[in-house]
Amino acid sequence: MLRIKTPKSLRAKRELEKRAPRLVEFGKKTLLLHGTKTSNVLNAVLTEIYHLKKDNAVKYSRRNDNIRPFESGGETSLEFYSLKTDCSLFVYGSHSKKRPDNLVIGRTYDHHIYDLVELGVENFKSMASFSYDKRIAPLIGSKPFFAFIGEGFENNDELKHLKEVLLDLFRGQVVKNLNLAGLDRVYVCTAVSPTKVLFTHCALRLKKSGNIVPKMELVEVGPSMDLVVRRHRRPDESLRKEAMKIAPELTKKKEKNVSKDPIEGKIGKIYVPDQQVGSASLPFKPKGVKRERREAKEAKVEKKQKESEAKEGKESIKHSEKKRKKQKDDDSV
Amino acid sequence: MAEQQLQQDGYQIDIGNLMAYDPQHQFQSIPDKREDLVKECIAHATKLIQAVADNLFSLPSTEDASGPIVPLPPPTTKLPREKPLPKPAPPTKWEVFAKKKGIQNRKKDKVVFDEQTSSWKRRYGYDRVNDDNDLPIIEAKMTDEPGVDPFATRRSEKKQRVEKQEKNRLHNLKEASKVGALPSHVQLAATSLPITGTQAPPRKVSKDELQNVAGMAATSTASGGKFDKKLAGEKPPKHDKKYRKFLPVVEGSGMGSLERQQSDKILNKLMAKNSHEIFNVSKAVDMYNVKNDKKRKNQQGKNKSFSTSNKLKVKKSPYKSASKGSSKKGSSSKSKSK
Repeated sequence: MLRIKTPKSLRAKRELEKRAPRLVEFGKKTLLLHGTKTSNVLNAVLTEIYHLKKDNAVKYSRRNDNIRPFESGGETSLEFYSLKTDCSLFVYGSHSKKRPDNLVIGRTYDHHIYDLVELGVENFKSMASFSYDKRIAPLIGSKPFFAFIGEGFENNDELKHLKEVLLDLFRGQVVKNLNLAGLDRVYVCTAVSPTKVLFTHCALRLKKSGNIVPKMELVEVGPSMDLVVRRHRRPDESLRKEAMKIAPELTKKKEKNVSKDPIEGKIGKIYVPDQQVGSASLPFKPKGVKRERREAKEAKVEKKQKESEAKEGKESIKHSEKKRKKQKDDDSV
Repeated sequence: MAEQQLQQDGYQIDIGNLMAYDPQHQFQSIPDKREDLVKECIAHATKLIQAVADNLFSLPSTEDASGPIVPLPPPTTKLPREKPLPKPAPPTKWEVFAKKKGIQNRKKDKVVFDEQTSSWKRRYGYDRVNDDNDLPIIEAKMTDEPGVDPFATRRSEKKQRVEKQEKNRLHNLKEASKVGALPSHVQLAATSLPITGTQAPPRKVSKDELQNVAGMAATSTASGGKFDKKLAGEKPPKHDKKYRKFLPVVEGSGMGSLERQQSDKILNKLMAKNSHEIFNVSKAVDMYNVKNDKKRKNQQGKNKSFSTSNKLKVKKSPYKSASKGSSKKGSSSKSKSK
């Protein structure tokens, strides 16, 4: 007989249910890990990204020999870690002579690699090197603003991809309601050249301006670095299509015949079906309008027509039969 | 929805993600010092963020103790999901049956009043109403068989019901796993799969497939596996084609006529297949007519002389009889119609 495995404790069950696929997803978790060798710069980059995303990230500190995201067979243990930690974003750091200070940012779908972007880190400035008023320091888990500057993010395929990945990496959870008092951080990305992006993290200070919208002031708090795009892998087209699916339950059906007007409010159109004059009830019915009579008359006419048709038909049939017989007789003679 | 991105001063604004993008900005001259470049970027980013904030703060807000709360529209930038959409579980066998019969779920109270103890007790579970285990005495009936323990039968019946329910439950789970809609905390032991993501079980490799692969590997050497070392218990590869058979060269007593039989068989097949072509109808009709004519002439001369071959000969004047039949038919139809 079929055996099934269920968690032994309620806590384990709850934990498993948290990982199940759901209609509306929470924010993606991020896994930070590195290869056999890392540089000081890269260690700092990984820890600082971890600090930026501390509410929703897992950081591994051991070396990983067999992770090579771009090579086939090198993604197996990465996918396993993604499954184990339930992370669908990963940042992988490695340092080699060929690719110094290498950062691979990738996403997974269904715990399989979805897409990859490889970046070189240059001119890194850590958070500690910035001096600012600590009272404006961004809080963990606050919803960030994004500012993307430069035509490269639209025209250049690699940067366009990078923009999407960076947005996915840092945006956190999609929320329905936002507390405006909690806005305190901005990520600024500028496409300086076709392969180079300037990335920096700023704190936000809201200043009074006299009207409802406060004046924004950005204070650089770091980390700040230049990202040079090296290799990248776009998602498979069929996989992309599947990953972009929206649940049919969530899509709103278009409401027919209802429109909204700023002055008049909700306006509805009502369609009245054609009036059936024949079946309308009248206080006085003349003889001709009465249904029984009308119907009887119609029936009479129909009957007559049928009879006449039948007669004609019979005659025509007879004629044809006679003709046939004559022919047969002729043949036999 | 995704297409109508906000455009303001040439910026693309996605309020759901609090994102602004300026696709037009170009630096007049990229400064040599990085600090200057960053300063310029931040100055421009401030403008972008201000544009987002203009939109954001104009949304209708509700005041909360911690600050004004604004309803955010859904993000317009489409980003991929992390896991596939959950699949709806197929209806269980009972649900299908209930729907067919129009049975509806009715809520029952969790506690029921127990008249024996005059207290409220659970409907199911520990310390429940009408618990079989609580009965100290079962009254004997006339129909009871002697020597059968009524308590034991009750227990075994209960056990059977529980087992049946477990079987049904497993069946339903199996059906659900086929469409990949197993509850997330249930794992089929046979497949020991990850809980997250899809739950499609890996296909089991069949015995035949394994044998095929093994056979292919075994015969893929230069000698076709003839001189390879055999493993312990390894069988020689199966010969799944037909062996070629030759007929005996000399005609023996039993097998002698085999060759003739074979060729006969083939010929018969061919003839049967193409018989409609072999039979030339027009020629046959001609021959038949000629024969008839000859016979008529002979008969006129001989006048009723019987021969042995008379039976095989065709009856006289086939035309007439045919015409007679047709005329009869015609007349009958005439009379009917009249």
